[in-house]
Parts: sequence; structure tokens; C-alpha cells
Amino acid sequence: MNRIEKTFNQLNKNNKCALIPFITAGDPDISTTEKIIKRFIDEGADIIEIGHPFSDPLADGTVIQESSQRALLNNINTSDIFEMVKRIRQYNNETPLVLMGYFNPIYQYGLKKYSQDAKEAGIDGTIIPDLPMEEAHEWISEAKKNNISNILLIAPTTPIERAKKIVMQSNGFIYYVSIAGITGARTTLPPELEQGLKNIKSITNKPVCVGFGISKPEQVESLSKVSDGIIVGSAIIRILEKNLVFEDNKYTPNENLIEEIGNFIKSLKDAIK
Amino acid sequence: MQETKTIQKEITIAVAKTEEKPMLTSPDLKGHFGIYGGKYVPETLMSALYELESYYKKIKKDKSFWDEYNNLLKNYVGRPSPIFQAKRLAKYLGREDVKIFLKREDLNHTGAHKINNAIGQVLLALKMGKTRIIAETGAGQHGVATATACALLGVKCEIYMGRKDTIRQEMNVFRMKLCGATVIPVDSGTQTLKDAINDAIRDWVSNVTNTHYVIGSVVGPHPYPVIVRDFQSIIGKESRRQIKEVTGRLPDLIIACVGGGSNAMGIFYPFIKDKDVMMTGVEAAGEGLDTEHHSATLSLGRPGILHGTMSYLLQDNWGQVKGAHSVAPGLDYPGVGPEHSYFKDMQRIKYVAVNDEEALEGFKMLSELEGIIPALESSHAVYYLKKIINDLPENALILVNLSGRGDKDVATVSNIIK
Repeated sequence: MNRIEKTFNQLNKNNKCALIPFITAGDPDISTTEKIIKRFIDEGADIIEIGHPFSDPLADGTVIQESSQRALLNNINTSDIFEMVKRIRQYNNETPLVLMGYFNPIYQYGLKKYSQDAKEAGIDGTIIPDLPMEEAHEWISEAKKNNISNILLIAPTTPIERAKKIVMQSNGFIYYVSIAGITGARTTLPPELEQGLKNIKSITNKPVCVGFGISKPEQVESLSKVSDGIIVGSAIIRILEKNLVFEDNKYTPNENLIEEIGNFIKSLKDAIK
Repeated sequence: MQETKTIQKEITIAVAKTEEKPMLTSPDLKGHFGIYGGKYVPETLMSALYELESYYKKIKKDKSFWDEYNNLLKNYVGRPSPIFQAKRLAKYLGREDVKIFLKREDLNHTGAHKINNAIGQVLLALKMGKTRIIAETGAGQHGVATATACALLGVKCEIYMGRKDTIRQEMNVFRMKLCGATVIPVDSGTQTLKDAINDAIRDWVSNVTNTHYVIGSVVGPHPYPVIVRDFQSIIGKESRRQIKEVTGRLPDLIIACVGGGSNAMGIFYPFIKDKDVMMTGVEAAGEGLDTEHHSATLSLGRPGILHGTMSYLLQDNWGQVKGAHSVAPGLDYPGVGPEHSYFKDMQRIKYVAVNDEEALEGFKMLSELEGIIPALESSHAVYYLKKIINDLPENALILVNLSGRGDKDVATVSNIIK
């Protein structure tokens, strides 16, 4: 059993929903990312999603695109991310850490090596938005060798027959995309979202988490009743970008950054029923 | 007679030996050409790709669709485009014995081969019941072609174009607007073609139920590389017939420029099984293959994933995609079609590169000698003739795809010459 499975077992016992915050590795620098992740842990984040920046993030909205660009300004690379994860694992060895990133950087690193090094660093899963079921077999089998869960996505446009195949192949949990669209905070979520989630819950016993567009405690509160986990990304990055200073051609965080992100995570955590 | 047969047999055996696996001329069921191709896209788009695939399969056998398409190609685009023997060019290059034929895609309505695909895809989208068309464009040729097809067929059209390209290709922006399209400048990333494709895909993810994305080259997720290749293969089908009519035989060599690779695939594909016909794709070496400023994806890239497909890709060691450069904006793309990647590995097509300066020489050469101002993209293919002319056997027969006209490049070239 890896950390993701343990976490959901525990949450299930207490009938609780997971809070899954996202942060881009290296935005604006890797030591800030490390501090933010530690703060996520301190505020009770159940699982943490670490974004691996990519030059062409085609499933992402403006906020995460710009975040990736800031990270790439520092030439952040795969090894830097694994090294940071190792440092976090010295601080905390229980909270599951999941990498979210596009397939090309993984493919170039080498699937086998990526799986081994991710495991060694203390990574528990991967979410790869441009690697649908059809193309994922090779990575899933490499990941399994090191007990890494490859989490597949289901969208509102996914027909139910296809969703049945996806839930079979997804490990750790299932990532349900709330809207047919790209990442980015929305003030309102589609009314058919709850039904969509229920449909997927009815075809699997695996945990079903929801992400894309979720930005407010009220949304977290209502979704926590119908899902096993809630992923919040762009809303956190927005707080981050608000607290960056651009000077001498580089971004640096101001002194409020960690506190503001911490308070936001706390407000989301409190909203979970 | 007996001897010829023996030689023929030996050649066949030799060919069989060099090919460990039989060469594919269509992708497998999941859209893979060997390791290349596939569908590396967000889950939201998967059902749209399956829909497109099954619809296209149906339409491929639908005679009324092809009648409508061919009628538009004839009466609206002006097809068939002629082939023209460039005798003064051959003489200038010192080889009057060599027959150089130009396939005149520059004479098409809107000035390039792009219209062949745009009309086909917009027709297809309307049959599928889509009410909105989006497209990306780099140089603006595919944008103009799509805006034109949408005006003709009466459907709403939005074109994504990198901010830098909207400035470089102001005239094409205006042409698109004249045809009633909305042009959306893209400010993300490098503000060029690859980022325009990213934004077009993001739009498609968000509006997938009513929108069709008209991809402009043989790139993107399956089934796009096949659909675009099929619509563009009219170039090769016509050329095959025309060159046989005029010379009584097939060409020894076909040359075409390669950015994403749609004009090249269009002219090459109908000859792909003709083992005696050699083919060369000419990429943009930009400021030189030893610099960071080029678009020579097949020459210097390695396999990777971008825009939904596995193909050769210009990238750094960590898999971040690099910006591409060429004086010809239509070649300025860090990826390339998956089928080109496959034919490179199978050694069916040879890929070479011609730099900015050489392309400009090709541009001037054809203008001065034949009174044909070629697009800077096509000028790469034209210049390549000069590089190889002395290696050609006597009386060689060469076919060059003149994929577009150079009107759009006149300002760029006059700035450089000044």
C-alpha cells in the first residue's frame, strides 16, 4: 500500500474528503516551493500536487501557464524537483506527494529511470494531462514496478463506457475534471457537476477527486459532500503571483506570501465537511 | 531479357533486406506510425477525436462529399494547378539536360497549398454539424485559407496567431479580417506558431461540442495527420498524372520544403510506393545548423511529444520545447508531422536543410529567371536544386513543389536586401 492508499483508507474511516492543493515547482524559486509545500502539510493538506513546469502546457489556463514560465526562467528541471522532494521527505514522510506534469519531460528522462528516481525521492503518484489511457500503458507498467500510482483523468465529455475502462486503469484515485475546459479559477461551477461525479462514483470503488476551477471555501464545502477529494490549483497560484516582486529581471516572494497561502489552505480545510 | 529479370530480382531482395519491417502507408488503429503519432491530448478532447475519426471514415467513402470537394477545388481554387518546366533555371544551374518541373501550388486561390486542406476540413466540420471553426496560423497562409473557406461556406471563424507573427505578417491579418474572421493575438510563450497552436487547443478543449479545430499541417493528434495528408495529396495525384503525360515517366526526385510538412506530404504521398522515385524534404536551417536559430527538426531533433503527437522535436535535455527560427515564417515550427518522422526512420524520404541566406538566393533566382516569385518557404526547396544539381544523372527528371507564392514575403525580403 502506498501513501495515497493509506491516506484514503484513513479518510474513509473518518468519512472525510481530501484537500489536495497544487503548487508549481520552482515558481518563483525552488526554496519558496519547498516552504509552501511544508506549509500545506502544516495546514493539514491530505495530498499535495506538485506541478512540473512545461514550456507548452496546453491543458492549463493563463495563471498556471505564467507560473510555469516563471519557473522555467530559473531553468528548473526534473532533478531539481526530485531533490526538493527528498528534502520534504525529511520533514514529513506520510503526506502523499503527486507530480502533475506533461508527458514529454517524463519521456525524455526515460520512463524507467523516472519511475525509479521518483520512488527514491518519495513521490507517490503522477497526473499527466496529455497522457490518456490509450497512450499510458508503458508508463503505468513502469510506475507500478515502483509502487507509483498513475492517476487518470475523466472529463465531462468522457462517455460512460469509456469512463468504465479508465477507472479500471487509474491507480491511487480518479481525477474528475469539473468542466470541459482548461485549468483556472471559476466563480461558478457547472450545475451538472454533481451528477457527473455521482455517475463516476457509481462505477468504481476507487476514490474520485475533483479539480479544475475550484477556488472558494463555499465550493469546497458543497463538493466535499459528493467527492473523495478536492484539488485546488490556480486559486493558490493567484495568491502566489500577487505576492511576487519583479526586480533585476527576476521574481522574488514578499514576506506575506507563505502566511497568505497558509491562511487560504486553512479556510479550505475548515470548509470540508 | 533474362538478365534484366535477374537484376530486378536482386533489387527486390536488396530492398526487402534493408526493410526489417514492411513500410506502413497508413497508421495503426490507434493512429501510430511506428512509434510516432498517437493521441497525446487532454481527456476532454478524446471523444471529439474519436468522433472526428469515425466521421472521417464514413466520409472517405461518401462520393457526394468528394464530388462537392472536387467541384470547389476546380471552380473556386482553380485546380488542377499546372506543372511548369523551368528551363532557364536549369540552364542557369548549368544543366540544360535536367528537366525541372515546378508544381504550381502558388497559383491556387489565396496563394498556397493551404486552401486544399482548409476547404476539405471546413466541409467536413459542417457535415458533422459544427457551427464554429477555429484555426492557428504562423505565416498567416493557413489562417487566410481557413478564413476564406469559412466565408465561402458561411461559418463563424476565429484564428489564433502569435503576437509576433501578427506584426510580421500584417497583410495576412488584414486579409483574414476582410474575410470576416476574428484574429486573436497570442501573448503566451514565444508568441509564435507553437503558442498559437497551444491556444487553439485550449479553445477547443473549452468549446469542443460546437467547434471544429482546423489544423493546418500534418501534425497534431490522430486523425489529423491522416486527414490533412489526404486533402493535400491532391498535389501529388495531379503531379503524377501531369508529369507522366508530359514526359511519359515518373520523376527521379521530388523536392519539397518541410515545416510541419503538409505540402511535402501532399506531393510525396502518392509516390510513396514508387521505389524508383526519390524524395527529399528541405527543412529550414535558419541562421545555421550550428546555431540555436533554426527549424531543422528532422535533422537535429529527437523524438518527443508536442501538440498531441509523438514526432521529432526541437527540445532541450529536459524535454522543454525550444523556439524555432526561419526567415520563412511557415517553416518556423519545433515539431514536424509524425509520418515524416516515420519515413525518415524508414529511410524512405531524405531530409536536408537550407539556411536563410540560401533560401533568399532561391527566392531571387526563381524570380529573375522564371518570373515566378516563390514563397520564402518554397524558396528553400528551389535553392536545394543548386546544391545537388551536379550530382544528378544525365537527363534527370525533377519535380519541385512550389507550395506558395511570395507576395506575402515581399516586405521581408526588401528589408533584408536594403
